[in-house]
Amino acid sequence: MALLNDLAKKKEGLVSGHRLCPGCTHSVIARQVFAAAETDKYDIVIAAATGCFEVSTGLYPYTSWNVPWIHTAFENAASTIAGVETAYRALKKKGKINKDIRFIAFASDGGTYDIGLQALSGAIERGHQFLYICNDNNAYQNTGNQRSSATPFGGTTTTSPNGKVKFGKEQPRKDIVSVLEGHHMEYIAQASPSNWRDLMNKVKKALDVNGPTYINVIEPCTTGWGFPPNKAIEIAQLAVDTCVWPLYEVIKGKVVINYKPQKKLPVVEYLKPQRRFAHLFKKGNEYLIEEFQKQVDAHWEWLLKREECGISYFED
Amino acid sequence: MGKKVALTGNEAAAHAMRQINPDVIAAFPITPSTPIPQAVAQFIADGEMDTELVTVESEHSAMSACIGAAAAGARVMTATSANGYALMWEMLYIASGMRLPIVMAVAARALSAPLNIHGDHSDIMGGRDTGWIQLISENSQEAYDNLIQAIKIAENKDVMTPALAAFDGFNISHAIEIWEMEDDAAVKEFIGDYEPLFPLLNTDEPITHGAWAPPDWYFEHKMSQLKGLLNAKDVVEKVGKEFGEAFGREYGLYEAYKLDDADFVIVAAGSVCGTTKDVVDSLRDNGIKAGLLKIRLFRPFPFKEIADALQSAKAIAILDRVSPAGAQGGPLFSEIRSALYDTPTRAPIINYTYGLGGRDTQPKHINSVYETLKKIVETGKVEKQFDCLNLRGAWG
Repeated sequence: MALLNDLAKKKEGLVSGHRLCPGCTHSVIARQVFAAAETDKYDIVIAAATGCFEVSTGLYPYTSWNVPWIHTAFENAASTIAGVETAYRALKKKGKINKDIRFIAFASDGGTYDIGLQALSGAIERGHQFLYICNDNNAYQNTGNQRSSATPFGGTTTTSPNGKVKFGKEQPRKDIVSVLEGHHMEYIAQASPSNWRDLMNKVKKALDVNGPTYINVIEPCTTGWGFPPNKAIEIAQLAVDTCVWPLYEVIKGKVVINYKPQKKLPVVEYLKPQRRFAHLFKKGNEYLIEEFQKQVDAHWEWLLKREECGISYFED
Repeated sequence: MGKKVALTGNEAAAHAMRQINPDVIAAFPITPSTPIPQAVAQFIADGEMDTELVTVESEHSAMSACIGAAAAGARVMTATSANGYALMWEMLYIASGMRLPIVMAVAARALSAPLNIHGDHSDIMGGRDTGWIQLISENSQEAYDNLIQAIKIAENKDVMTPALAAFDGFNISHAIEIWEMEDDAAVKEFIGDYEPLFPLLNTDEPITHGAWAPPDWYFEHKMSQLKGLLNAKDVVEKVGKEFGEAFGREYGLYEAYKLDDADFVIVAAGSVCGTTKDVVDSLRDNGIKAGLLKIRLFRPFPFKEIADALQSAKAIAILDRVSPAGAQGGPLFSEIRSALYDTPTRAPIINYTYGLGGRDTQPKHINSVYETLKKIVETGKVEKQFDCLNLRGAWG
């Protein structure tokens, strides 16, 4: 891994002047991704799903992208990049392109977990070479914070509000990494912008794979989650330290946990600074925090066991 | 020199694709167009074309991948029908809005419900406002010829608009006809090489494809896009002439069949025109001045040319192979009647829906239309402006 000094001098794929909210981590994640990519060896082409990140960086007649970038719709970043990647293979085969290019799709949880799941599944199954990065901000933040299947248990959104008889989202988050594991991908990972070296390592590894790869990145959202703009990275770190957002890889089917907190913090540390969980701290709702903790613990224990047994369906 | 072959409309489309040999085809199987990607897959497996075939998981992804590949700088094609076309609908607007010259073969079919896999124009008429150029074919020969011409029309620098070449499901897609297949080299020479305008894969000059445009820009984009679509009219004529010079079969915006002095005129599109021509011939043998105006280019709609061509008519019947869905008539009827409003003719115009979901339309049905037109001219009275052909029981 290069020194921070060197990384700071690298070509920026996403430049300043975009319209993201103050404190939004979309741009932080994108810059970490570009810092990790070996752009002296290959060029990068980006596809984006409709969402916060896309509307704030691709507003005509401006663009924040210093690399080729394409957006078509909400649910099809994967099939769009699959088309781009196929054209690349076709034109390379015919000698019309000689460059080495890598393809990255950026989407958020709505365009990935929900409406985009089919296109993602199809593109992965067909084996297109691209890295799909899901900036998971736990809701449809672009349209003003509506529930998604990535919204955590108990979290409030405008379509899963806390009320007199309901307490926010009633179901646990969809475990997208497990869903994608059934596609026999060589590389899947979960990362956080608070642990930038880890995220960069993952991007480097993913871009080296000759096939589809996926990285799920936590993307704290100041407006949707309700925390001050200067706290995004702290919130991301709390997600990691409470094991709400474990940092791990699934390499050829084997789980590798990249970070085991010396002292695993209780989930309340993560929940407390966020407005979307404020109702969980009201008297009588203690059982909801207990339930949240139970779900997080169960997933963490399951990951630890999977890492320990080291089983894989891939042949070595 | 070309050679005569006896193959289906789907095979005609597949052979056109083989000869065009685009860089990328993305397709999902749907009846009645399924034999097209099947044949393409076999051609590729046999080394007869080197297109990258993307066997996507849905038609939505087929069009998405086509858009990605076309934006990347590739020559791109696909094929679909009916509900598959409908599933592409969102992306059809995006393909035309991004000015990508994708070419699609459509084996036109009924839309659910009730589920029906047979031919009619519900799909292509449903997508008539998506900004695509729409060519409609009468038979396998035209399905083949139109698909080849569509490449040249869509890629024209003044057009840069996606194009579809449609032919009736089953009536054409699955019917074996004798048609002329041109030499591979001649087709290749006719379409020429493709030079994309702003390819995404030119990483030296990064471009942002598919930006979003707020109210102060969206309108200008859409009107600029419309110019490209309207420019297609002249290009369709030009390419139709060039096609005639190259292969001996010239095409215009529409086909006038015994129309010059016709009193009784049917306007229709697709395979029913073949049946209608037979009926026109036998009526002419009996001294009845029947004629046909066959729609070839439906979008952009050449309203002036078509209205001019209808000036001799004393009565006109327009056949729509789609339900009017609550409008005053079918889409073809609305276009034609609107086109005639600015001309001197005030010939009575009636509308028939026919052939829905593959319902047979025979010479006797077409004959009954001409009889009605004759009666209208004789009596000066229109009893029914809208009616159905070969519907069980009376309509209305």
